[in-house]
Amino acid sequence: MSEILPKNNIFKVIGASSLGTLIEWYDFYIFGSLAVIIGHQLFPADAGASALINTLAIFAAGFIVRPFGALVFGRLGDLIGRKYTFLLTLVLMGGSTFLIGLIPSYKTIGYAAPILVLILRLIQGLALGGEYGGAATYVAEHAPKNRRGFFTSWIQTTATLGLFLSLGIIVITKNILGAETFSDWGWRVPFLLSIVLVGVSIYIRMKMHESPMFTKLKLEGKVSKNPLKDSFNNKANFKMVLLALFGATMGQGVIWYTGQFYAQSFLENTCKLDFNDSRYILLWGIAFATPFFVVFGAWSDKVGRKWIMLTGMLLGIIFYRPIYKTFLNDTSEENFAKNELFSSSQGFAVITPLANQVDSLRSLETKILFTNGSGYTKVQIDTISASRGILSAPGTLKDKILPKPVFWKFVGLIFFQILLVTMVYGPIAAFLVELFPTKIRYTSMSLPYHIGNGVFGGLVPFIATLMASFEGATPLSGLWYPIGIAALSLVIGTIYLSNKKDESIND
Amino acid sequence: MKASMINYIKKILGLGWMALGPIAMIFLFIQAVDKVGLAHSEIEKTNTILQWGIILFIFFPISIGLMIFGFYAWKGEYEQSPEVSENNEL
Repeated sequence: MSEILPKNNIFKVIGASSLGTLIEWYDFYIFGSLAVIIGHQLFPADAGASALINTLAIFAAGFIVRPFGALVFGRLGDLIGRKYTFLLTLVLMGGSTFLIGLIPSYKTIGYAAPILVLILRLIQGLALGGEYGGAATYVAEHAPKNRRGFFTSWIQTTATLGLFLSLGIIVITKNILGAETFSDWGWRVPFLLSIVLVGVSIYIRMKMHESPMFTKLKLEGKVSKNPLKDSFNNKANFKMVLLALFGATMGQGVIWYTGQFYAQSFLENTCKLDFNDSRYILLWGIAFATPFFVVFGAWSDKVGRKWIMLTGMLLGIIFYRPIYKTFLNDTSEENFAKNELFSSSQGFAVITPLANQVDSLRSLETKILFTNGSGYTKVQIDTISASRGILSAPGTLKDKILPKPVFWKFVGLIFFQILLVTMVYGPIAAFLVELFPTKIRYTSMSLPYHIGNGVFGGLVPFIATLMASFEGATPLSGLWYPIGIAALSLVIGTIYLSNKKDESIND
Repeated sequence: MKASMINYIKKILGLGWMALGPIAMIFLFIQAVDKVGLAHSEIEKTNTILQWGIILFIFFPISIGLMIFGFYAWKGEYEQSPEVSENNEL
């Protein structure tokens, strides 16, 4: 059946499935990419760092409900078919993304703003929980048996391309509108734009046919009557769900979200890079690394899935700390001071009275540029005390622009991290599809995938940022979370996973 | 390495996974109490309770899953992986 599908048809199947999945990832990621700005819009102006952590918590909430989406829509997919289920998830995702773009700010409706965004974010998470498993299953069930890794790896590129698209649209919108307008209302544009993208994708998906394996199963009357019970109440299958989670998807999730999300958050919030610079670095890294999803997917058809995925985890465990230490060192004030000064311009001092009405804070920004094009803004905040005079605190740097060689060095380091993502993520759709039988495949593969990625992976920015904020922690302390989880998954995967390739998934 | 040796390691490590589930939860609970205690203001306390509440709520069922995985490993359920996925079926 799937073996005789002409080559141009399989690419039509991949194209139609991938476009929708890509748009769902785009919808899901714009929230994370705009976390700092959204935090200012949703919470009180004096919330400070907790606004970012709470926004990341809302971002994480979308990930946490993904396993529930996997159960709800996975069950539907095994009952009524793959095609209609992932049409439904697309509509839910597009609608909720569009509505996030319309939510008034905290200034207008108070705490109703973060609550409404949280609800919409939960719907986004549920929809994504149903989408991916359907798309991966759909493509795998069309693919020839000896090239499943290659064909499903195209679906795997969509997550990273969705991030690429979201970053690109954000940067373009910001450059057109200007930084101030973008922070004020322009951040809504990428959310509102989603409705157009989703409309196009729905049109394409409406023309798709049901998966041949599911159709065959339906004609033979072998469709599962209760996919949840068959998946999780059956020890032989449930033990494979647990193995997939702890031996593969858990480690894969943290490697993925460290390389793509924590890296961006770290460059922007810890290293204090300029908004555009941090995004350009990620965009280049993604552009160079994305083809490797297909390379590793195809390679896994020849050598098996296991060792490619586990090698990606091992390299992450070894190299994360040196990479992030380099990020910190190369963006330090001492490192910038090695450059030749071009200009230094001071802005106006801003005086803010303190609550005691006697003392006040004086904030002064100085823009420093170097001859090699790099620069930063130094923020000096002094306390003007009526009784003790002027108390100076050490200045902080922000909006750092890197010298070109350092910029490309950072692109290389991000590229390497995303290369690890392609190793763990490229072969995993084929790995999961081959682990479970057709009649409960959608449900069974979706749950471990979304716990691994949604919960373990999605929580990386939130938990790592939280860990780095503990008393006595260093900026690198947050990395112990992805390193620890990846190490646990590596041990379990090495010992318990087999390197088999299931030749036939037509069961 | 011999298959019997690998199976023995799989079984023994199963005890470790069974223990790791509750140990991880106790560690997280102690951390949560510690961090909530360190909060200075009322709003900071509310935020910390919310953040750690989320973490405990999420990782509790996963730690149970790890215990079940350990139990299966200890019982020898992973000694031989099925060669084709249809063997997972009832």
